[in-house]
Amino acid sequence: MSANIPPSVIRRDPVIGPGHTAGSVIDKISSIVLSRDIQRGWFLLLALSGMGVMLLGVSVGWLLTRGVGVWGINEPVAWGFDIINFVWWIGIGHAGTLISAILLLLHQEWRTSINRFSEAMTLFAVMCAGMFPLLHLGRPWLAFWLFPLPNTMSMWPQFRSPLMWDVFAVSTYGTVSALFWYVGLIPDFATLRDKAQNKIGRVIFGMAAMGWRGATQHWARYEVAYLLLAGLATPLVVSVHTVVSFDFAVSVIPGWHTTVMPPYFVAGAVYSGFAMVLTLMLPVRAAYRLQDLITMRHIDNMGKIMLVTGMIVVYGYAMELFFGWYAGSTAEGFMVHNRLFGSAAGAYKGLLFCNLLTPQLLWFKKVRRSLWLLFVISIIVNIGMWLERYVIVVTCLERDYLPSSWGDFHPTIWDWSLFIGTISFFLFMMLLFIRFIPMIPIFEMRSLLPKSQAGAKAAAADQSTDASKH
Amino acid sequence: MSADHKNDEGLHGVMAEFGDEAALIAGIEQAKRDGFTDMEAYTPVPSHDVIHALGVKNRFSMVVFCGGLAGACSGFLLQYVVSVLVYPVNIGGRPYNSWPAFIVIVFECTILFAALSAVIGMLFLNGLPQPYHPVFNVPQFLRASQDRFFLVVHATDPKFDPRSTMERLQASAPLSVAEVAN
Repeated sequence: MSANIPPSVIRRDPVIGPGHTAGSVIDKISSIVLSRDIQRGWFLLLALSGMGVMLLGVSVGWLLTRGVGVWGINEPVAWGFDIINFVWWIGIGHAGTLISAILLLLHQEWRTSINRFSEAMTLFAVMCAGMFPLLHLGRPWLAFWLFPLPNTMSMWPQFRSPLMWDVFAVSTYGTVSALFWYVGLIPDFATLRDKAQNKIGRVIFGMAAMGWRGATQHWARYEVAYLLLAGLATPLVVSVHTVVSFDFAVSVIPGWHTTVMPPYFVAGAVYSGFAMVLTLMLPVRAAYRLQDLITMRHIDNMGKIMLVTGMIVVYGYAMELFFGWYAGSTAEGFMVHNRLFGSAAGAYKGLLFCNLLTPQLLWFKKVRRSLWLLFVISIIVNIGMWLERYVIVVTCLERDYLPSSWGDFHPTIWDWSLFIGTISFFLFMMLLFIRFIPMIPIFEMRSLLPKSQAGAKAAAADQSTDASKH
Repeated sequence: MSADHKNDEGLHGVMAEFGDEAALIAGIEQAKRDGFTDMEAYTPVPSHDVIHALGVKNRFSMVVFCGGLAGACSGFLLQYVVSVLVYPVNIGGRPYNSWPAFIVIVFECTILFAALSAVIGMLFLNGLPQPYHPVFNVPQFLRASQDRFFLVVHATDPKFDPRSTMERLQASAPLSVAEVAN
């Protein structure tokens, strides 16, 4: 759209607020980590989410003692909350990789101040996601059977199964996300090591920095490695959710067996991920006064990406309904009818409200710039994306081809407690992260400065002319 | 660090401190004109101009390419060996070497191996983790990770002589010059 307009004509918010120098950016970011005092609000939230982590422990403990029967799953709905939550969490993780890798390759400089934060989100979301299939195994201590390891039974995994692809895709994704995150952190750990006032900080950050000293020879390899990691993570993130959707699409269940699944899942993942970034980032930005580093430009852009991916998701919904009719199969047609009017019709309507209607507000610039509205929308979208997975998993499994094998799904309290437990675990880890690791990449922000200072001046001039008009 | 250092046996080199990237590059150019070849610059942010000025070349991407290639081969080999040779399962007479079904895992292994070789290779070639390095002996160097730019002429340079090297580095007007003890 803006390809033919020179960038100076488009009035934009700066990526970094005016008046920042290298020193002030470093101080601002590192002081959060290096400060000795503990904020009361942070501690309170940590305690609250810590209680949730204990709930997670209890839920897992009870599950391991009694078996997966404590959940609401049974035939025909053998995949219940575990797969819903798995897909939900892994989707949330995808925004982190998108922001850090794809936007880096596309030279979207505004990504810099939010990439570390969202990569951390990816990492913790993948941890939460990974718990569900593992616990669903029933005997998680035998999880290593999933991997092709020689064993006394002389048995090997079935590599033609999407479930096996999932094992490889998700474990690769977790590993690469962690590597990408850590490599980005190395120069920042070096900065913190050199700025730390006490010995403990120097030793811990020193070990984490691995002796990084910023030699030019090192930077040259570092940049290549970082860029290639971004290039590798980009197809990876698309492949991961594609493979997750294969778990459904390769089966023959009515409503799952469609080719629209992979793109629809990938878009949905990005959509929910950006919603989660906003949900977490808006309060953090306010609490740590990061308005200069995470500007309205970032928030506006994230709103736009949510709108676009949300529309792709809505296209997916439309196609699901269309294929129900176009497939010409009784079972597929009935699936659509059941989805609209069956037992989960309430969830489907909720999903349409959350994912079809609510994001339309994002067309308006006023809405994209209203922090409160955006926060509420992002939570609604998170709920909507959870409902989407609920509808896909539960309605399709409850009513397949044979009426004699129909059955209803009712989640138990242990389904809910495990889900709430993972949400708490996620928040707990995020809280630890924002306190002990620089949540904004210091050296990348520094590299932005020379360019953005001119931009900031232009924007400041724009704003002053703007103000004089009013 | 005193200039009347008698013994240059224990020296890593001589370090000059600059306030910005342009000054560092000017310093590098000056040192090159003075005939020094064995140098290293330290910057808080990656800089293509400094990389260019020092003539640093790297073919690191080859390491990652080879890693990816090894990943693709081992991913396919794993599936072929298991599904065709070791544990063939006949499902409706379908071929054992059903390669289209193997693509996903080949792809994931390619990415995994390439990413691992990018990170491990970068750290290994950079000699990290490294608990000790002489440059940290200079107190000013603490700011190398923040807002200062450093140039070190190594003692291994054929033209190196502690006193004259320091004088020559002074010529490009650095913020400070110091000997780097080994």
